[in-house]
Formats: sequence, C-alpha cells, structure tokens
Amino acid sequence: MTFKRFVEIGRVALVNYGKEYGRLVVIVDVVDQNRALIDAPDMVRCQINFKRLSLTDIKIDIPRIPKKKTLIAAMEEADVKNKWEKSSWGRKLIVQQRRASLNDFDRFKVMLARIKRGGVIRQELARLKKENAA
Amino acid sequence: MAPKKTRTGPRNPDLVPGIKKFSRSKMYHKRGLWAIKAKHGGKFPTHDAKPAAQPDVAAPEKAPKFYPADDVKKTRAKPKKNNPTKLRASITPGTVLILLAGRFMGKRVVFLNQLPSGLLLVTGPFKVNGVPVKRVNQAYVIATSTKVDISSVDVSKFDDKYFTKEKTKKAKKTEGEFFKSDEEEKSVLPQYKKDDQKAVDTALLKAIEAVPDLKTYLSARFSLRDGMKPHQLVF
Repeated sequence: MTFKRFVEIGRVALVNYGKEYGRLVVIVDVVDQNRALIDAPDMVRCQINFKRLSLTDIKIDIPRIPKKKTLIAAMEEADVKNKWEKSSWGRKLIVQQRRASLNDFDRFKVMLARIKRGGVIRQELARLKKENAA
Repeated sequence: MAPKKTRTGPRNPDLVPGIKKFSRSKMYHKRGLWAIKAKHGGKFPTHDAKPAAQPDVAAPEKAPKFYPADDVKKTRAKPKKNNPTKLRASITPGTVLILLAGRFMGKRVVFLNQLPSGLLLVTGPFKVNGVPVKRVNQAYVIATSTKVDISSVDVSKFDDKYFTKEKTKKAKKTEGEFFKSDEEEKSVLPQYKKDDQKAVDTALLKAIEAVPDLKTYLSARFSLRDGMKPHQLVF
C-alpha cells in the first residue's frame, strides 16, 4: 500500500479537530516531526499538529511560507475552492452541513418529498413488474 | 357574685413550648370579645382617630441619644413590580411552537401573544390540529424558526380572566341525591368561546394556506426519531 497524499508545502488539508474545525487550509511549512505551519486566505497563519489535519488530494504550487497575497493568488490559480466542492468528499461535507442546518419545517418538507419519491418509484416498479410478467 | 379572682397565669398557657392549650375560636370566647361586642350593639368600641397634634413650638427637638459611627444610607423599600415572564427572543407573534407536555404534547401550534400573567396565548388553529385557543407556559415549549403572518388576527379580547374556571355553587345534597350517581352537569363549552375560536382561526387559516405544506405541517405531531439529537437539531 503506497501512500498517495503527502505532507508537503502546498498540500491542502482539512482541519478535523479544534477551534478551526472544518476549515480548508494549506500547509505552508513544516515545523518539526509533529507540527506544520498552516495558512488560509481568511485566517492568521498558525501552527497545528498533523494529527489535527486530514490531507486532501489537492496540492497547490507555492514557495515556502508565501505572503498572503501570493497564497491567495496561487489558490485562485489552482481553483482550490471549486475542485474541493466538486470532489466527492467536499460534496458530502456540503450535504452534511445542509442537513444539519435544516429547520423543523424543512425536515417535514423533506419527509414529504421522500415519501412522494418513494411512491413514484414503487409505482414505476410495479408497472415494470407487470410488463415483465405479461 | 363570687369574689373576683385576680388572674394568676396566662389565659392560654403553653402545653409544650410552641403549642398553646386553646384554639383561636376558644380564645375569642375566653377573652369575652363577644360580650363586649354585644354590649356595644355588635361592634367593638374604638377610639376616634386623634387629630394630628400641632408641633409644640415651646419644646425644642431633643438631641438623639445615639449617633451611628458610619454614615449608612437608609434603604427605602422599592415598590414591588410584577412583570410577566421575560419572553425568549425566539418567540414572536406568529411563531410556530412545539408543545412539550400535556394533552397536546408534540403538537405544532401558532403563538399569538403573551398574556399579562406571563403565559403564552396559542391556538392550533382548532380546525387544523384540534388545539383550541389556550394558555401555555413558555418553559414547556420549543420555538421553531417558522413564522406565520399574524397581522390580520385580533387577540385583544383574550386575557387571563377569559381562561379562569367558572365557580360552580355546590348545593347541599339531600340524602336521596347523595346516593345518586354523581351526575355532574357536563360543562358545555359556551357558544361565545366557540365563536371567538372561529374568529381567530378564519383569519389565521388564510395566512397558513398561503404557505405550501404549512397546514399539513401543523396538523402533524413532532416526535424524535432514530438519529435525531435534540441538542444538535436546529428548530
């Protein structure tokens, strides 16, 4: 089993623990065996333990510890935001967030929609079964 | 007449410290207040209120015997104000609430207005989910973020007195009636209450039917299902 996602300068990662939970960040430097320096367009550059990061497939081209302007430009060029939102991991996260923010009324409407969809599917299935039997 | 005996001890001795020998009614009799009252035609004789004494100019104000060492402010009793319970910011007129206790547990109702007692005035509407115009305590309610337009509803005639129980006079039962099965007259809902309900509901129903699915939403009860964590749910 080879590794495919490496800790390197420019690796985009997701913070999975702590105050910055859920934020997409870029590794801009490695401090020591356990810690990295991370940065993101809307936060102050800080150090974080690798255990708090989940590496993603996305990598951008930056020099070591770039200026904020350079970082933002590089992220735009690599189109990190869109790549993330199109990836299956990113899409799953978006759905999770959407579901968590549902109102009681929204949840009710979702339930009605699922029942309706189920009904349509069952009708179609019954029709196909009948055709097949005939 | 027997020689008048001078009183030896208290009229109402302590049997045990804290427990007196005679009850209040017995003491009333012993003190003879009934006899004094009878002598004076049913009323206990009182002194007329003394006219306010003119301040004696001749006698100067006496110097107080004691001056406190520290200047301590004399606290004045503030007039007690009874305010209705503070309403949660999430509850505004028109909010859909979930009732958490009682006969209508789980029902989703529309909040109308807070009454002076602090209780919340809510209605089903009755036609939608069977909840009449009633009062509900804020503590037994979850406020959802769904709001209904309530501007066309008039709730000025509802107050706490509207909801108090009528005092029924209990007639003394004769022996025959005593053994009859307790046929309490069925408390029928007075017509004016039904009319009030209708008045509130017709205006409200129009606003509810304007929003798709809201009517079915209000007629369904809320319940927790598998996987629902109340502390993580957004209402």
